[in-house]
Amino acid sequence: MGIASDALKNFKGFNLKNMPEVEPVSPGHRACQGCGEVLALRQAMKAIGTNAVVCSATGCMEIITSPYPQTAWRVPWIHVAFENAAAVASGAEAAYKSMNRKGIINQPDVTFIAYGGDGATADIGMQALSGALERGHNMIYFCFDNEAYMNTGIQRSSSTPFGASTTTSPAGKKSSGQSTWKKNMAEIAVAHGAPYVATATPAYPIDLMNKVKKASLVPGPAYIHIYSPCPTGWRCGIDEGIEVARLAVQTKVFPLYEVIDGEYHLSRKVAKPKPITDYFKPQRRFRHLTETEVKYIQDRVDAEYEKLIKKCVVEEKKKEKE
Amino acid sequence: MSKPIGIEVSIAVAEAVGLCDVDVVAAYPITPQTHIVEHLSELVADGHLNAEFVPVESEHSAMSACIGSSAAGARTFTSTCSQGYALMSELCYIASALRLPIVMAVANRALSAPINIWNDHADLMYARDTGWIQLISENGQEAVDLSVLAFRIGEDQRVAMPVQVNLDGFTMSHVVEPIEIPDKEEVMKFLPPFKPKYRLDPANPMTFGAVGMPDIYTEARVAQDEALKATKPIIQELFDDFAKQFGRQYKLIESYKTEDAETIIVMIGSMAQTAMSAVDAMRAKGKKVGIVRIRVFRPFPAAELFEAIKGAKNLVLLDRVTSFAGGEISGPVALEIKSVLYDKGIAPKTGNFLVGLGGRDVTEQNFEEMVDRVASAKNGDLPAYEFINVRE
Repeated sequence: MGIASDALKNFKGFNLKNMPEVEPVSPGHRACQGCGEVLALRQAMKAIGTNAVVCSATGCMEIITSPYPQTAWRVPWIHVAFENAAAVASGAEAAYKSMNRKGIINQPDVTFIAYGGDGATADIGMQALSGALERGHNMIYFCFDNEAYMNTGIQRSSSTPFGASTTTSPAGKKSSGQSTWKKNMAEIAVAHGAPYVATATPAYPIDLMNKVKKASLVPGPAYIHIYSPCPTGWRCGIDEGIEVARLAVQTKVFPLYEVIDGEYHLSRKVAKPKPITDYFKPQRRFRHLTETEVKYIQDRVDAEYEKLIKKCVVEEKKKEKE
Repeated sequence: MSKPIGIEVSIAVAEAVGLCDVDVVAAYPITPQTHIVEHLSELVADGHLNAEFVPVESEHSAMSACIGSSAAGARTFTSTCSQGYALMSELCYIASALRLPIVMAVANRALSAPINIWNDHADLMYARDTGWIQLISENGQEAVDLSVLAFRIGEDQRVAMPVQVNLDGFTMSHVVEPIEIPDKEEVMKFLPPFKPKYRLDPANPMTFGAVGMPDIYTEARVAQDEALKATKPIIQELFDDFAKQFGRQYKLIESYKTEDAETIIVMIGSMAQTAMSAVDAMRAKGKKVGIVRIRVFRPFPAAELFEAIKGAKNLVLLDRVTSFAGGEISGPVALEIKSVLYDKGIAPKTGNFLVGLGGRDVTEQNFEEMVDRVASAKNGDLPAYEFINVRE
C-alpha cells in the first residue's frame, strides 16, 4: 500500500445529506454572473473547512475576493504574485513544520493550499509548482482551469484547447483559433510522483469535494485540476456554464479520474459518449470550426480517452489478479 | 565575551544566522553566496540548528517561500546576489509592502552581461528602491554583527521590515578574517523571540496582499514610506543596544580622519579598508584626506551624512557600479550625496568615480589619484563621472 491509499483506506466521503455548512469563501465577492471558477473554489474550500492557510496566485479568484478593505476570506489567505503560489505555500508549510517542531506553536493539523488559474499553473507558475511537488511539501495545489487568461481579457494559455478562439488566438481568415493541443497538467503532476492527483469539475460537486477532502488527508503534495467553466470567456450563457462542464465530461473532453500513488482510477465511466459537437454548440469560442476541424478534434479526444482508459484498465486487471 | 577566531566570512555569517535560531531558510545557490547557504544546511543536517531548509528551485521561489514563511510567523533567512537578486526582485517589493522582517545576506556581485561572478554593487543598487532596509558591511566582524542586528531591527514591531545585509562577494565572502562569534546566550538575550502582530493563523484569519484600487494605493504607499522613515532613529537605538551588549558600536555613517580633512572620500562597502590605508599614506605626505562610509543605505541617513561631509572642500564620491543614464549625471551613490548637498545649499567640488567593477581591484594608488584629481581640478571642470583604472 502506498502512502496515499494508506491515508485513504477509511475514507468516508460527502453526500447530499452531510454537506458541510461552513463557507470559508463567503458570499458577496465580485465574480461575474455564472462564474464556474468561484463555484469550484467555494466547493473546494467547503471540503477543506477552516483549519487552512490559503495562498493565491494573481488572477480572477484573487481580485474578486480581496478588494481592500473587503475580503471574502474567512480563513488566512495570502496573495503575493502571479507565478509563485506554490512557492509561497511551500514557505508557509515549512514555517508551520519548523515552529510546531520547536514548540513555538501547536497547530499540527493545518492544511496548506495553493491555487491558481490555468495561466498561473501551466504557464508562468509551472516552475514553482514543479519545485513544490518535487520537494514534497504537505500541501494541495488547485488549478482552476478556465482555459485562458480570463482576468486580463481571454488571452490564450497553454491550457486553451485546440480550436478555441481567444483574444490572442482569434479565429480569422487564416486562423482556426488555438493551433496547439491543451497541456496535460494532471499528467505532469503524476510524473512528479505526487501521491494524489485528480481531475474534477464543479458540475460534479460531490465528486469534487470528495477529491479535495482526499487530497487533504494524503501526506505530501496533492494536485487537483479543476475544469472551471467561464461563461464570459467561453461565450456561453451565464446559466449554461455548469451544463457545458457536464458536457465536457460526457463527451470525454475532460475525463474525471484520480491517480492514487501512481494508480489510475476512472471516477466516471462515459459508456455512451455524446458527440463533441454537443459540447461545442453552446460556446461561441468554437463556433467557427469546420466539420473537418471538428472531426480532427473528435479523433484526438477519442484517442486521449482511450489512452487514459488503458492506464485505468491495467490497474483494474492488476487488482483482479490480486 | 568570546575571542576572535580565524574564520571565512561566509561561514561566520551562517554561524551568526544559526545563533539567531532562525526557523526557516529558503535559498538557491549562486556564487559567491554559496558558502553561506551550504554552511546553514550543514548546521541543519548536523542538528546544530533546528530549522527547515527549503532547497527551492530558483531565487524567485526562494523569496516567495520566505514571504510565505515570514507571513506564517517564522524567523526567516535567505541569501543571494546578482542575477539571483534580479530574478527575485519582483518579490522583494512585495515582502516590504507586506511588512515581513525577512533577513537576506547579499554577497554583492556584478550583473551580467558579460557574465561575471566577482564583486561590485550592481545588485545592491538594483535593490535600493524596494523598501528594504539596506545595511552594508565593511569587514567580516561587521557582517556577522549586522546579521544579528538585521533580525533585531526587522522584527522590532516599530519597524516590521525586511533587511538586507550586504557583504562584498569574494573580497569579503571568501576571505578568512579574525572574527568574534557572539555567544549563543548573549545573542538570545539581545534578540527576543519573533512575535509578529499578524500572521497566517487559522485561529485569527487575516487577508494578506489584498487588491489596492486607486482610492487606496496612494495611502498604502504613504503608510509604507512613513514606516521606513520612522526606522532611522530606531536603527541607531538598536545599534546602541548592540554596543551595550557586545561592545562594538555602529553608526549609520562611519567617519575616518575627517576632523580637519579638506578632501573626503565617500563610499560604501569593503573598499573602505583599502581606502583607510591610502588615507594614512596620504596623510603621511601631508594631504588632509578623510573617509566617510555609508553603513545604512536605506533608509538614507541624509542628515548624518551632511554633518559628516559638510566641512570638506573636495568630495571624492565613489560608485562601484555603472548606471546607464547617458553620461550627463553621476552614479547612484554620488547622486544621493549631491542631492543632500543641494538641499542643504552648499556646493563643494565633487568628482564621481566608477571603480572596482566586476571584481577589479581598487588600489591605494587609485585612491590617491582620485583625491589628487579632484583637489587639483578647477570647479566645473570635472565630468559627471569618470571610470578609473580602465585598460587602454
